[in-house]
Amino acid sequence: MKNVTISVNGLEQRASVEPRLLLVHFLREAVGLTGTHVGCETSLCGACTVLLDGRAVKSCTVLAVQADGRKVTTVEGLANRDQLHPLQEGFWEEHGLQCGFCTPGMILCSHDLLARNANPSDAEIRESINGNLCRCTGYQHIVNAVRSASRKMSKRVPARAAAAR
Amino acid sequence: MARNGKPKPTNEKKNGSAQWVGRKLKRKEDPRLVQGISHYTDDIKLPRMLHCAFVRSPYAHAHIRAINTEKARSVPGVAGVFTPEDTAGIGMIPCAIQMPDLKVPKHPVLATGRVRYVGEPVAVVVAENPYAARDAVELVEVDYEPLPVVTDMTKALEKESPYVHDDFRSNRAFTHVLKNGDIDSAFKKADRVIKQRMLNQRLAPVAMEARAVIGEYLPGENRLTVWSSTQIPHLLRTQLSVMLALPETAVRVIAPEVGGGFGSKLNVYAEEGIVPWLAMKLGRPVKWAETRRENFAATIHGRDTINEVELALKKDGTILGMKVGILADVGAYHQLLTPLIPQLTALMLAGCYKIPAIHISIEGVFTNKMSTDAYRGAGRPEATYLIERIMDIAAHELGMDSAQFRLKNFPLPQQFPFTTITGLTYDSAKYQETLNKALKLSKYDSLRQRQKTGWKQGKYYGIGLSTYVEICAIGPSAATPAGGWESGTVRIEPTGKVTVLTGASPHGQGEETTFAQLVADQLGIVPDDVNVVHGDTMAVPYGIGTFGSRATAVGGTAVYMATQKLKTKMATLAAHLLGAKPADITIDRSGVTAKRNKKSMSFGELVLAAYTARNIPRGFEPGLEATHFFEPSNFTFPFGTHIASVEVDAETGEVKIDKYVAVDDCGNVLNPLLVDGQIHGGIAQGLGQAMWEELIYNEDGQLVTGSLMDYALPKAHLLPEFTLERTVTPSPVNPMGVKGVGEAGTIASTPCLVNAVCDALSPLGVRHIEMPLKPERVWRAITHAQSSRDQHEAAMAAAVAKSSNGKAGRKTDRRRA
Repeated sequence: MKNVTISVNGLEQRASVEPRLLLVHFLREAVGLTGTHVGCETSLCGACTVLLDGRAVKSCTVLAVQADGRKVTTVEGLANRDQLHPLQEGFWEEHGLQCGFCTPGMILCSHDLLARNANPSDAEIRESINGNLCRCTGYQHIVNAVRSASRKMSKRVPARAAAAR
Repeated sequence: MARNGKPKPTNEKKNGSAQWVGRKLKRKEDPRLVQGISHYTDDIKLPRMLHCAFVRSPYAHAHIRAINTEKARSVPGVAGVFTPEDTAGIGMIPCAIQMPDLKVPKHPVLATGRVRYVGEPVAVVVAENPYAARDAVELVEVDYEPLPVVTDMTKALEKESPYVHDDFRSNRAFTHVLKNGDIDSAFKKADRVIKQRMLNQRLAPVAMEARAVIGEYLPGENRLTVWSSTQIPHLLRTQLSVMLALPETAVRVIAPEVGGGFGSKLNVYAEEGIVPWLAMKLGRPVKWAETRRENFAATIHGRDTINEVELALKKDGTILGMKVGILADVGAYHQLLTPLIPQLTALMLAGCYKIPAIHISIEGVFTNKMSTDAYRGAGRPEATYLIERIMDIAAHELGMDSAQFRLKNFPLPQQFPFTTITGLTYDSAKYQETLNKALKLSKYDSLRQRQKTGWKQGKYYGIGLSTYVEICAIGPSAATPAGGWESGTVRIEPTGKVTVLTGASPHGQGEETTFAQLVADQLGIVPDDVNVVHGDTMAVPYGIGTFGSRATAVGGTAVYMATQKLKTKMATLAAHLLGAKPADITIDRSGVTAKRNKKSMSFGELVLAAYTARNIPRGFEPGLEATHFFEPSNFTFPFGTHIASVEVDAETGEVKIDKYVAVDDCGNVLNPLLVDGQIHGGIAQGLGQAMWEELIYNEDGQLVTGSLMDYALPKAHLLPEFTLERTVTPSPVNPMGVKGVGEAGTIASTPCLVNAVCDALSPLGVRHIEMPLKPERVWRAITHAQSSRDQHEAAMAAAVAKSSNGKAGRKTDRRRA
């Protein structure tokens, strides 16, 4: 067993874990945050995508011990109190989900994209989510959702900060 | 909506309109889903809960000589290991279909004495956590004696084939013939007969949430609660009570958040019997969460048919008759509806055409593979693929435009209700309208122009059409194995908030929103005041579930009818309170009004009066709750036209989808945003079959494409942007005029894409390519067509040369150089 300290959505989580424990199981079982879903355990479906130090990773192929001392953001950590994150709003407004199982992973993967590219084209959105599978939507409304979030987020950047860039 | 019995078309409403139905309302389900705070089965944790994992057969066919569980039991944290001997008391996995010559093998929850497909459960390990359970699974020693395997259904019907079930002395699981009209004279009279052999390959449904089951037994209450990722909580409850020999009243099934189903959760599985049994046996809750690999191997598969199609035609393109022979791969056992699926194919084979004579024969075949069963469309995509492909092949052979050829054979709108040669009565349609609208929307003529120009430059551009009709709102009870009705309860609580209980079991379709919209309109309230409850057999009256695009047309109608009952009751009370006659009362957004004496009261006042019951008419039953079990008089038949255009790289066989246009008619629309979502997802799944997806078993019965690495699901960057439009032809079958839309996209898009690719390659002599249209397969088809053409030309040239005319031979040579 190994002791780890992982910051999850801003809260330090300490646990003694088996070295083989996957990060996704750490989040779901040890921390009790079940918004991160297990879809394949082989990093092919993307349902378990979280942010590790701000970058999207598939938490089924990261060991909890590899995340020791690092910061993890899950879908539960995106909304600010009652205010949904623009990506969450986008998925809601554009009907970017049906069964909702892939949604947390889709949102966090898109979060990574928008951090790197604030105004992606549809093709760039499609390219960036191609490691996240959705069986319900045919992706079109997901693309719309990410586009809508990107617009909202560019508007929310304070004018001065935007000018400074 | 429904005045004088016949529903009128409702137009789509702008947000802000007086009516909720028809508006693009955001879903009530979504806030919990986008925040990850909803609960799918695997998210549920119970105190003292154990976890289980299954030992599954690595062989497609073998005797089980012995099972040694000793080492597995010694793994720390293991609470028990159970073998077929232990579970012998659990009833068989059910098949709900009855047919005269259907052979139904015994299907125990754990393979007993013999395994018949790779992935069949053999033993189960229960442990304190899933890691320990999986460790112990590795240590269960099963002594197998491999037996000869048959995976090819054609070979399975040969005399020397091994039997999947020895008792039957044959692998023929059932036969079914559907015939009507004078087929012999149709083919005798025909100017042309178009024949084609076509496959519908085996597919995996791949709901993103794999299956999961939790069982908890409380002996004091004698209550077994089963959480399962299912589409049919009530049917599952009934079956579990039989399998576990419990009174049905002691079993509660909950379908919590369900992460997609596509038919794969319209079933009763071994694990759904074993997990609750383990919970009872061990006196602790037990959870099982399926791995993706298990999901590929041991959750039902779809399609898998070999088809011979023959179409008899007059020179002018009039269809005279059709013959179809279908071999349907059952797999090793029947699951709940396995033998029904090819019968649905037979019913829908006439498509949206006037066909005077038909002969369809089906044979179901046992093989050493996982069972096939309902996968999105369930028999209809197979039918539509066959009829729409043969229509396109026929148009090409007759030298007719494929749109014109279809138009020629459609029934006219005034011929509806239209009785098909397969015995169905199509409710309402305007096939010409959707086709013409799609032609316009796709700029069909300019696509054809682009194709001609392209061909001249050696570019292969193709246009594919699919004019489909599907069978939805399943369905009248007479045509279904376990009742085709649906239940709906509407209860107005004392505070005026409304609870709707539906027997439908949505798992992504959004009925919490659409049912709230329809109830809100009827009661003059807002959808936010309507809470739709589903998926809990203890909360909801008996229901059938969500599948076959039935939830809105059957379940929604039940809710609508219950609302009408309630309004009648409310009018009685309002009349009493306002000094008017019940017929004089209206209930809408402006409240409760008596038209003549202009007296009115608020909705809330009326509701409260029904509960306080201090001033009620004689004989008035207090409270405001009504239930309706809606039995539809017929199926509904949505339809539409999809048009795809593709570019095919003849060097590499790669297919690029250029445009995809869909004009669908699903009757009246409750929420256009959700209907679009259903169509999009459906198209993607149908394109998956056309382009990428294929479950392959090798000769040993190993599932070669049993992971997401090997089984190619459609991804975002592979799909085009879909352009959608609609026509609205209300169904006369239900008062809301709705039809259903869950499967339309999948049904339409598969032949549409294959038609486009074959159309692109028609100048090269390519007539048909089997799905999925992987580059290798397309390239081989091109190469094969070219080499046979070259051979043909060379033979012609040689013949010409022999007759001492050298010119033609040189000409051919020059062209080939």
